[in-house]
Amino acid sequence: MNFIENPRKLHSFEKNLKVEKISRRSILKGLGITGGFVLAAPVMTRQAFAYETGAGKMPHGVVVDPRVFVAVAPDGTVTIVAHRSEMGTGVRTSLPLIVAEEMEADWAKVKVQQAHGDEVKFGNQDTDGSRSTRHYLLPMRQIGAAARTMLEQAAAKRWGVPATEVKAVNHEVVHNASGRKLGFGELAADAAKESVPAIEGLKLKDAKDFRYLGKGQVGIVDLHDITTGKARYGADVRLPGMKYAVIARPPVTGGKLTSFDPDAALKVPGVEKVMQVRGWPWPSKFQPLGGVAVIARNTGAAIKGRDALKLVWDDGANGKYDSVAYRKDLEEASRKPGLVVRKEGDADAALKSADKVVVGEYYIPHLAHVSMEPPVAVADVKGDKAEIWAPVQSPGGTREDVAKTLGIPEGNVTVNVTLLGGGFGRKSKCDYALEAALLSKELGTPVKVQWTREDDIHNGFLHTVSAERIEAGLDKDGKVIAWRHRSVAPSIASTFAAGTVHQAPFELGMGLVDMPFEIANISCENPEAAAHTRIGWFRSVSNIPRAFAVQSMVGEIANATGRDQKETLLALIGTPRIVKPAVKDMWNYGEPYDSYPIDTARLRRVVELVAEKGEWGRQVPKGHGLGIAVHRSFVSYIATIVEVAVDEKGKLTVPRVDTAIDCGTYVNPERIASQIEGAAIMGLSLAKYGEVTFKDGKVQQNNFDDFQVARIDEAPLVTNVHIVPPAPDTPPSGVGEPGVPPFAPALMNAIFAATGKRIRTLPIGKQLEV
Amino acid sequence: MIKVKINGQEQSWDGDPDLPLLWFLRDEAGLTGTKFGCGKALCGACTVIVDKEAVRSCITSINDVAGREVTTIEGLHPEGDHPVQKAWRQVNVPQCGFCQAGQIMQAAALLMDNPKPSHDQIREAMAGNICRCGCYQRIENAVHLASTGV
Repeated sequence: MNFIENPRKLHSFEKNLKVEKISRRSILKGLGITGGFVLAAPVMTRQAFAYETGAGKMPHGVVVDPRVFVAVAPDGTVTIVAHRSEMGTGVRTSLPLIVAEEMEADWAKVKVQQAHGDEVKFGNQDTDGSRSTRHYLLPMRQIGAAARTMLEQAAAKRWGVPATEVKAVNHEVVHNASGRKLGFGELAADAAKESVPAIEGLKLKDAKDFRYLGKGQVGIVDLHDITTGKARYGADVRLPGMKYAVIARPPVTGGKLTSFDPDAALKVPGVEKVMQVRGWPWPSKFQPLGGVAVIARNTGAAIKGRDALKLVWDDGANGKYDSVAYRKDLEEASRKPGLVVRKEGDADAALKSADKVVVGEYYIPHLAHVSMEPPVAVADVKGDKAEIWAPVQSPGGTREDVAKTLGIPEGNVTVNVTLLGGGFGRKSKCDYALEAALLSKELGTPVKVQWTREDDIHNGFLHTVSAERIEAGLDKDGKVIAWRHRSVAPSIASTFAAGTVHQAPFELGMGLVDMPFEIANISCENPEAAAHTRIGWFRSVSNIPRAFAVQSMVGEIANATGRDQKETLLALIGTPRIVKPAVKDMWNYGEPYDSYPIDTARLRRVVELVAEKGEWGRQVPKGHGLGIAVHRSFVSYIATIVEVAVDEKGKLTVPRVDTAIDCGTYVNPERIASQIEGAAIMGLSLAKYGEVTFKDGKVQQNNFDDFQVARIDEAPLVTNVHIVPPAPDTPPSGVGEPGVPPFAPALMNAIFAATGKRIRTLPIGKQLEV
Repeated sequence: MIKVKINGQEQSWDGDPDLPLLWFLRDEAGLTGTKFGCGKALCGACTVIVDKEAVRSCITSINDVAGREVTTIEGLHPEGDHPVQKAWRQVNVPQCGFCQAGQIMQAAALLMDNPKPSHDQIREAMAGNICRCGCYQRIENAVHLASTGV
């Protein structure tokens, strides 16, 4: 079994850790500032946390250094670096806002500067796993506090008073005793001469003094640019002399080009060149699939040229991949014993002795990310230097991969991170940037590689496909005494290591081995499944099938025992307790278990909160039904109630959704609400329509007509988001992903309540039509 | 030579007359506010206003708009303060923001045609514009706000 925790550890590439000397000039240039609070000095070492997170274990860990993240200009403008990628979660606002809060900067005078890919300088930049606030709340506070302290020290020296007598307040430092004040800009040059205080001695602000944190009154920094068309995404980068490229890639994963005829393509007006692109053998990790590129003066010409190419492919070993047959294989495997990945008590014996056994077989197909911005990248490679502009979730990983792919030192690669037009895990894989780098190197000019929507669906890194089979054994009182869950799905690890047939610990840890129910006899098994296409992270990852199966089964048990769904759920969660990890080295989203245990009191609380606020048990009109589901993922706790209405023709609508989230200490409740509202839409999309199928090794869907997503006219009329107020010092936990998993099972439980039909296969498609 | 007025400025094109307007705008005229999402008029990210009508620039050729007036997100309002834009900011609509130019142009065209749309009319008019982040509830609220005075 491959032990992998995050995409970067999957790289077979040796790390190129050669550190470029960071000069004052380069920092000043990078921040676009010509004076003030920036110093050339050794990078500060890592520090101890008040609570432990897994941040230090990520590649390149955490850098806590105000000189890297903050600059104060003489005019008072404070520039704060955002080192994570913005794909819609609001992180480009939230992390700098934390710094501004602690340093007492006035947000109106703050500019946000996007970091390029450089993890030695900025620490880990992988924007995935719902980790950014979780890993950086405290480091960003410390950076802000250190900057504030330096400004205070500079003012105290100027006035000749003890530093304890001065205080930074809203962009100035004040000396109350004398009534003197100095603005941050006036102090910038002197503050730059101050030494950076030790992290251990820093005084963080009292939460009662927060102006921004936890308030939700600050709009995202890109709001004006987005509404005026000025916001710059990957596709919006234009360089002098830049060519436009689209690529015809193998239609079957692992396939190869046999021959091609470029003549017709070359006759298309605007097409300048047709050339082969190097591909890597399968499993190809994040490397390009290869194919034929059409180079043109604009994207329209390149697309038209590609349509005119004559191509012959050798489909290779995956040419027989067929979703119908594969589903049968997965389901058959789920009916036989498989690798035991968790065992408590004796589930076999308890199932045999059970008064009643409820069996549910659930199927969740491949899904495509279809971020609104398809993959796209611009590269300018000159000699042994490369500059990339791309919407990537992994700027540091992209830099490593570009260097390796071109065979140049990592220090010669600059990765400029644009806004991401959605990511959802797809843009953690930088194959499109590598394609652009290879083409630019060969062409000798800057080039933009644009994926079409068809490319995105045909050649992506899909969400896995899984069969989940649960058997629940009930005693004569209806109490669940046995639980056997077999999960069969090709692993993400298959994209990195040939011969992978079992899921990796991080996949097993998403709702299988960490399933929190208080049941005496539990067996979790992972029968074998080999992959026949590229599998990758998709928002919420394995939590989607696991929550779907487990929370649907709760509804089935409620039905079998004639009890209320919510009461059945609470009975299964059991007593409020810290769950003892069921397996050694449980993944736990990379977080230390002491700081982030499975706490069933918190799990119960979100169920109870959503039931109260969502008016569980309320009378609903005929044809309507309520369903509930809860799931812990990315170390957050989320419960959702869906009200569904199914008309006489089987058309469903969603009048109301309520979600309660406990994500610990939080920064921006307004963005939490937007993430949860959006998660309901993504949950609805995958429940109603989400399915990528294969025949003869090829994806059968092409665009938004046959890979549909929910539109505004079918969106929930109301989504209410209820955030659990955190107990003091509760560590922050994930927000971007946890909202998705509970939606589909809550919807299925609601459909059952409305119609008596239990849907176990996703998507719903035509299953409700009468 | 094809002539077209874009955001009040005369532009000309002597290349392929079948070139989709989207790619003329983005790659030839440098107006990158209009986005590519599907290329098949399925998602609305490329929506612009031609004369007074919302059109999908990905399936509209440059030749189709010869002699007509095209408005893109860049030309909707000189300061970006069209009521729809203001409402969008007031409601904090965007997440990733990529589809929003198309959404805003669609909403602006709707309000030209129907200044006081009902919620059902808003949903119907906006159903051609996909937002994968799922900002629909806020889009509906923002269009309603724009129609009632920001």
